[in-house]
Amino acid sequence: MARKQELIQGNHAIALGAFYAGARFYAGYPITPSSEIAEVCARELPGLGGAFMQMEDEIASMGAIIGASLAGVKSFTATSGPGFSLMQENLGVAIMGEVPVVVVTVQRSGPSTGLATKPAQADLMQLRWGRHGDQSLVALIPATVAECFELTVKAFNLSEKYRAPVIVAPDEIVGHMRENYAPPEPGQLEIVDRAQPHGLIEDYRPFNFEDGAVAPLASFGSPYISHITSSMHGEDGYSDNSPDNAGRRISQLHRKLEKNIDDIVMTRSFDLDGCDTLIVAVGSAVRAARAAAKEARQRGRQVGVLQVVTMWPFPEREVRRAASRAETVIVPEMNYSGQLAGEVGRAAPGARLIRAPSFDGRGLTPADITAVL
Amino acid sequence: MGHTNGLAYLRTDILPNMWCPGCGNGIVLSAMLRAFEALKLEHHEVVAVSGIGCWGKVDDYITVNALHATHGRALSFATGVKAANPRLRVLVLAGDGDGTTIGGNHLIHSARRNMDLTMIMVDNFNYGMTGGQYSATTPGGRVTSTTRGGNPERAFDVCELVRAAGGNYVARQSIAEGALIQKRIEEGLSRPGFSFIEVISACTTLYGPNNGLKTPVDMFRQFKEKCLPKEKYDRIENAAAKGYLTTGVLHQADAPDFLSQYEAMRGRLAAAKGGRA
Ligand SMILES: Cc1ncc(C[n+]2csc(CCOP(=O)(O)OP(=O)(O)O)c2C)c(N)n1
Repeated sequence: MARKQELIQGNHAIALGAFYAGARFYAGYPITPSSEIAEVCARELPGLGGAFMQMEDEIASMGAIIGASLAGVKSFTATSGPGFSLMQENLGVAIMGEVPVVVVTVQRSGPSTGLATKPAQADLMQLRWGRHGDQSLVALIPATVAECFELTVKAFNLSEKYRAPVIVAPDEIVGHMRENYAPPEPGQLEIVDRAQPHGLIEDYRPFNFEDGAVAPLASFGSPYISHITSSMHGEDGYSDNSPDNAGRRISQLHRKLEKNIDDIVMTRSFDLDGCDTLIVAVGSAVRAARAAAKEARQRGRQVGVLQVVTMWPFPEREVRRAASRAETVIVPEMNYSGQLAGEVGRAAPGARLIRAPSFDGRGLTPADITAVL
Repeated sequence: MGHTNGLAYLRTDILPNMWCPGCGNGIVLSAMLRAFEALKLEHHEVVAVSGIGCWGKVDDYITVNALHATHGRALSFATGVKAANPRLRVLVLAGDGDGTTIGGNHLIHSARRNMDLTMIMVDNFNYGMTGGQYSATTPGGRVTSTTRGGNPERAFDVCELVRAAGGNYVARQSIAEGALIQKRIEEGLSRPGFSFIEVISACTTLYGPNNGLKTPVDMFRQFKEKCLPKEKYDRIENAAAKGYLTTGVLHQADAPDFLSQYEAMRGRLAAAKGGRA
């Protein structure tokens, strides 16, 4: 029997997706346009045997979800630009300590307090490079309410599998949009839990620096002892600043994602076969792009859309392949600086790029894209 | 108490530690590990969350679970650990810069929430790790590497702060009283709610020599003279202005801690939904 469709908001679907994935701890600090996620968590988590905490700021929120995850509970937070900026230092701890957590940032217009709280896609680079150090993580950007749910589940799965923080970064339009959606039945979507250690307690190492490896993660309170640190460390989690060790440690942080790129990178293609004009977009811009492409095809034009779902690691291969068959590549995005276009250009150096930026808080419309088609 | 040495919780193969000769951190570490032993804590039920600083490096020397976090934020990480698994004994190990200067906001709110954590703040009156700059506990007039002309700011009484903010247990001892530090840590670990133990400690490389106390012995002598239990402290006129500090248990309360309040709320929510508590 098909599940009943409900009119659900993107932010609400993110919270439901998190619960479906097994998240039972949320810590956060209110900020529009993400606050609905906190409110759903505050209402629902106690009944699910979990806990919601409203912390004193986003720094504390990020710290708390890392602590809770290390105690064995899938954990997440949600915020927007200013709060996401505050989370950066502790997000680095999740990277260095290889702690599975999910961070939702509903992108709004900046810089700083900016055009609160109008939509933007101006934090694409912050997702990847927002914190100091030689680091890497995963960032996913939904374009529909269904994707809000399903990519949140995917975000937890990837974070558990690769012991890395995963960011879910809808823009405000997607976060606040309502669509009909029937959430999946339990068991319908795959749920991944972090690997647990087996074997002798004294042999347990919380880290494994072999190329591309991911060590099992013991929970605090299990019989295994775990040392997790933001400082440079050996596989036992104690300080080790030797160049040999540091080199292996940093490279493994990157390699565990690089080696599994096919499992992590997701794109969606719409009418790419035989198209001479390719539109590459993320988030709500995908919706405008699809509408513009549909209208253009009705006029006899060959226009396809490539949706970048995994923003980081960037789908270089997929973009290159799609761009190689097109005469023109159009990149509509909600920022002045061309954050997505820059990556598309890097992936497809020969492409004839046309930008369609929007940065006045209105969002992108199909007409904005049709104008450059 | 019985005889304890805490060795079962000490990582010995990494010794000697990184602390300077005469540093008080070793005394606090010893007291803490002895407290674990006296309370018969099992390694896997203890989580020590440390910040960044000389004292924050303590995670390298212990064999219980550890989480070495960011400067000033250890309390936030510890809050998450405890909320996710209330059965764990969660300690927060921070210096004065870590615990109350950059981390002051988290300290206030952890005390207000009465989170069931035991925080051991080693107060050496300056930032040891970064070269002896002043912190929020450096007394006015004192010389540090960023107050060469004497500190123009005033110091916090951090114990008063934590008491006012709502912590259940507040104590202060100096490193001249190792056995008492151990006792306070045991008391703090045994009392539900937020427990705060300030240990007055010696930075024998920076703060001491910067302020006329040339050797660790000089610093010890000063602590013995200036750190007094309340009865003795109260007999001294203008004690605070003269640099005296009260020691001992400064505050005890039995206010419900965050997690028990949370469980009560969970019950109310369930009742409102018509379910079982
Ligand atoms: C966000 C941030 N700011 C500054 C520092 C640099 N820093 C490291 S330790 C420290 C101060 C340490 O002093 P304290 O907390 O009193 O501990 P102690 O070293 O004296 O034990 C500072 C400022 C840092 N690591 N992170």
